[in-house]
Amino acid sequence: MKKLNSTWYNMALVLTGIAVVAGAALGYVNSITAPTIEALKVQQEKEAEQQVLNGQEGTAIKITDPKGFGGALTVMVGLAQDGTILGYKVLESSETPGLGAKAQDWFQKGQKGDIIGKQAGNLTVSKDGGEVDAITASTITSRAFLRCINEAYKTLSESSDAQSGASPQAGKPNNNI
Amino acid sequence: MNNMKVLLNGIIKENPTFVLLLGMCPTLGTTSSAINGLSMGLATTAVLIFSNLIISLIKNLIPDKVRIPSFIVVIASLVTILQMLIKAYAPEVDKSLGLFIPLIVVNCIILGRAEAFAAKNGVVSSICDGIGMGIGFTLALTLLGAVRELLGTGKVFNATLFPENYGALVFVLAPGAFIALGYLIAIFNKIKKA
Amino acid sequence: MKIDNYNKMKPIISLSPHVHGGDSVSKNMYGVCIALVPALLASLWFFGLGAAIVLATSVVSCVFFEWAITKFLLKRPACTICDGSAILTGLLLGFNLPSNLPIWLIIVGALVAIGIGKMTFGGLGQNPFNPALVGRVFLLISFPVQMTTWADNLHDSIDGVSGATPLSLMQKAILEKDASVLNDLPSSLEMLFGQTEGSLGEVSALLLLLGCAYMLWRKIITWHIPVSILGTVAIFSGIMHIVNPIYAMPHVVLMSGGLILGACFMATDYVTSPMTGKGQLIYGVCIGLLTVIIRNWGAYPEGMSFAILIMNAFTPLINTYCKPERFGEVFRKEEKK
Repeated sequence: MKKLNSTWYNMALVLTGIAVVAGAALGYVNSITAPTIEALKVQQEKEAEQQVLNGQEGTAIKITDPKGFGGALTVMVGLAQDGTILGYKVLESSETPGLGAKAQDWFQKGQKGDIIGKQAGNLTVSKDGGEVDAITASTITSRAFLRCINEAYKTLSESSDAQSGASPQAGKPNNNI
Repeated sequence: MNNMKVLLNGIIKENPTFVLLLGMCPTLGTTSSAINGLSMGLATTAVLIFSNLIISLIKNLIPDKVRIPSFIVVIASLVTILQMLIKAYAPEVDKSLGLFIPLIVVNCIILGRAEAFAAKNGVVSSICDGIGMGIGFTLALTLLGAVRELLGTGKVFNATLFPENYGALVFVLAPGAFIALGYLIAIFNKIKKA
Repeated sequence: MKIDNYNKMKPIISLSPHVHGGDSVSKNMYGVCIALVPALLASLWFFGLGAAIVLATSVVSCVFFEWAITKFLLKRPACTICDGSAILTGLLLGFNLPSNLPIWLIIVGALVAIGIGKMTFGGLGQNPFNPALVGRVFLLISFPVQMTTWADNLHDSIDGVSGATPLSLMQKAILEKDASVLNDLPSSLEMLFGQTEGSLGEVSALLLLLGCAYMLWRKIITWHIPVSILGTVAIFSGIMHIVNPIYAMPHVVLMSGGLILGACFMATDYVTSPMTGKGQLIYGVCIGLLTVIIRNWGAYPEGMSFAILIMNAFTPLINTYCKPERFGEVFRKEEKK
């Protein structure tokens, strides 16, 4: 078969044809995968909530701090009604691997920077006079992380004020981005 | 040129990473660990094989003057389809490669092979070229990822070889990618010459 | 007319025998080493045995790697360890490390400095970056914990600032937008003589300047690079301090960290700095600006090593635009007039 000549008519026809076929293929694949992707996202959030609440009563709050070391840092924090930290999970981060990226484990129960069970709201790293040990050589990440935790507490107390003391439903997500 | 030769050509003689130096962006950006390098390599291979296949099929339908836009539409569609599939069925891969999947569109290897090989050759040898180049790229990325992961964290494919405290972090970060790639290219050249 | 010009031509090309100028690679290298001696003694005084171990390990392993790579990898017949450049690299690398760094890390640093920083590019004269700084920055990025844990200064008279170097105090003041943090800085007299914590070579500003004066006197270096770096830093940080007092006073900025060590001993490296005076001034001013920018707004408290390495990369470009005048060029210009 001979190659088509580069006439205006041919070019327009071929490009339109390719675009239509490509568009149709994309639309078809999207229609198949979109529900799965959506379901996966919901499921992941749900798992994260369960994880940060640790099976206790409280509220899971999602907070993003724009000033991590490598970019925005998104943490889901589980707080009891009085502001005690039940658990946390780093959802998205662009921290340095080996340093700031340790945040997922560093502040967990039994680790060096353990914050579980502490009162959120005024946590600071020991370098700034607080009681939390910062991740070694990653003070900026640690500060951003604690800002997320404190911000979560603020959101919690504001939302319970707004409901004039009525406690939010246990385990119900209060997504604040 | 027989098909076996075409296939091997991509792995050693014209290895896209170590010899042609194509697709440096994903090479340097995604190889912070062996598994990341491997998944990026496989994702690229998938796109490469299908784009070579489709382009060699429709090569006579495409007028010369609009060949580049046509190739790009084909490649971009394939990459988007791949991205949706990965998001739906391999969320872990999506998490670690994230941004780099859509960037496969602008990977020079794919457009380069479409232009240099698939647009001039038959369907079967184009697929062979896609597979060969893909394997070459995957091997190179996995090797680079393994070297960086080993020197940076003491692990390869998450198997610990020495304690993490002795790993030089720089290899996991961007500058280490350049250093490791430079030395791998040097070693590859030395071996090829011998 | 022609005969006149002939007589004006200064460098007369005559038949042998020639008188040797006496300048050689090794003479200059050992000259720099001598200039480092006062600061070296100071670091031994302030950090004791730790400093001796760091410096000895660093020098010995640099020389060893130079020898091993030349002999076994490059397979060159002539041995280059006697020209003193590896010893100097070792000394400078040691000066840039904390005194309590584990020995294996020093050896890794020496391997990177000599192996990656120098021999990969073909050895002395062909390296685009200062080898000692390549080693230091590699260690700093790779092992930030060990590289920023300072040993106690043996003769430290200040209480309560243990672990906080002047640099980290300055960064804290900017981060917290609180100028009162700067009150914790050691007095300028202490910084001048060496009562601060930090890397070995950062201890005494005065003794480093003494070494620098020696090098200027012996004409090992010219004034362009040190003066332009120190001047730029002083002016830039002075302006910053006037605009907002959370930025530290210029004289403190000058005496803190590796600034003087870098300006006098690292940035002036022959191989990696521009050839002409004009080029050196451009190079120095840019290093000064970059240093203050990185110190004030960067992630690391010290910006000197990064600034020098960045400008090392620009040196070929600067050389392209500030070419040394070709042999006989001055004479030809005069003739045109």
